[in-house]
Amino acid sequence: MKRRNFLKACLIGGTTIALGKTNKGYASGSFEGYPEAMGVLVDTTRCIGCRSCEAACNKEQKLPEPDTSFDDPAVFEHDRRPTSKAYTVVNRYQKEQPSGPVYRKVQCNHCNEPACLTSCFVNAYTKTQEGAVIYNSKVCVGCRNCMIACPFNAPGYDYDSATNPIVKKCILCYDTRLKYGKPPACVEICPQEALTFGHRADLIKLAHERIRATPERYVDHVYGEKEVGGTSWLYLAPVGFDKLGFDTTLSNDPIISNVKDFLGMVPMVLSIWPALFSGIHLLCKNQEHGEHGHETESNQEDTKP
Amino acid sequence: MSSYKHLIVAALSIGAISVSSPAALQCAPVPDSITLNQNGKLFSPFTFNHAKHIQSIKECADCHHHTTGTLVLDPNCARCHQNSSPTAVVSCKGCHSATPFSPETLAAKRADKQRYHLDKMGLKGAMHQNCIGCHNKVGNGPTGCQDCHPRTKEGAAFYSTNRKGAKPAHAEEE
Ligand code: SF4
Ligand code: SF4
Repeated sequence: MKRRNFLKACLIGGTTIALGKTNKGYASGSFEGYPEAMGVLVDTTRCIGCRSCEAACNKEQKLPEPDTSFDDPAVFEHDRRPTSKAYTVVNRYQKEQPSGPVYRKVQCNHCNEPACLTSCFVNAYTKTQEGAVIYNSKVCVGCRNCMIACPFNAPGYDYDSATNPIVKKCILCYDTRLKYGKPPACVEICPQEALTFGHRADLIKLAHERIRATPERYVDHVYGEKEVGGTSWLYLAPVGFDKLGFDTTLSNDPIISNVKDFLGMVPMVLSIWPALFSGIHLLCKNQEHGEHGHETESNQEDTKP
Repeated sequence: MSSYKHLIVAALSIGAISVSSPAALQCAPVPDSITLNQNGKLFSPFTFNHAKHIQSIKECADCHHHTTGTLVLDPNCARCHQNSSPTAVVSCKGCHSATPFSPETLAAKRADKQRYHLDKMGLKGAMHQNCIGCHNKVGNGPTGCQDCHPRTKEGAAFYSTNRKGAKPAHAEEE
């Protein structure tokens, strides 16, 4: 069992035990995100694995030099996931197939109902109306709840930095581009237009239209249209999504429906415990001072108008 | 604004070839070569051998769709363009925008409710998919990035080429 899944199972299991039931009444799979939200449609049938998108992301987000060059095919030997030094990575699948390998770009999918956001008790995450899920390093306490909660393994943790920012992930180039209506750097550089930028609602129509027009090219599914309540990044694929490393076991309900109960307890613990401790502290103090403390208190009460 | 932004936007603008009137079409000067990627900074410009491609492909419509005098081959295009007259501009950039995702282009697309070609590719995408797609299919054309346009010094820096072969630290931490 992968560590992440184990932790997730603990979260969900713990919740069930703690409350004796799962509260399905919270489930809210209907939220469509912001109506004007932007997004990116990734057509894996167009991607040639050139990794220009990785290089563009690296420059745009001022990330450190890569471990190995952006044209080194050796990286395809392993499955990679986004890290604090690379907000996006391209992986290769189906390489034994006669039809040739399929490449898939991975990054934060910018969920309509982000599990990272709801799992964060200091509100470090924001879903902007443009569709981006952005992150405020100033308030992050580094608890890494978001890393456990994210169904797509997106947030990376900066182990090298003792100070902020701690969690790092794709922000859809929010500060430098999206805010001004411009496409993210990876989309702009892609030579194959494997990445299409636009309004999320339009992209969904476009994706289904591509499937309709060339059904032999695609499996009939747009990944991200419904998964975990929908995401701003959408994918088209020539073969089953499970063959391209996608988690096809995710439900259409937002992740939050599973973990809300537990997550709701986090702030409760944080807010109740200090009160509890100060209560005990006060009690002890009063006992130390004995009768005197109580007399003062009652005197004060008596003098109230 | 970082320096590479313009160049990506401006990358791959095609050397202009415009045929001024449909009447002149059949005898219009067809360029033998076209310089591509003139404004790009990461890759050097290259000379596309148009004459050679005319020789080997013969059907203008393979690349130019319905814009030239030749028959429309794609059955999907033929539905509307079987009888449409040749267009004034036949170069790729005549139809494929160099900035397909700019706020202006997106807004224009949204405003035009009658538009049929909603999924029209941008210039860079159209050319690469056309070139690489055909080269793959025919099996004898270059398909690697630098087979057509070698990187410039700026491009080498952009792709951190000097770090080639460095041991990749794979991020699988599980
Ligand atoms: S993919 Fe993960 S990090 Fe990105 S918005 Fe969704 S839950 Fe948050
Ligand atoms: S830049 Fe485009 S074609 Fe190249 S790896 Fe990224 S998504 Fe694929």
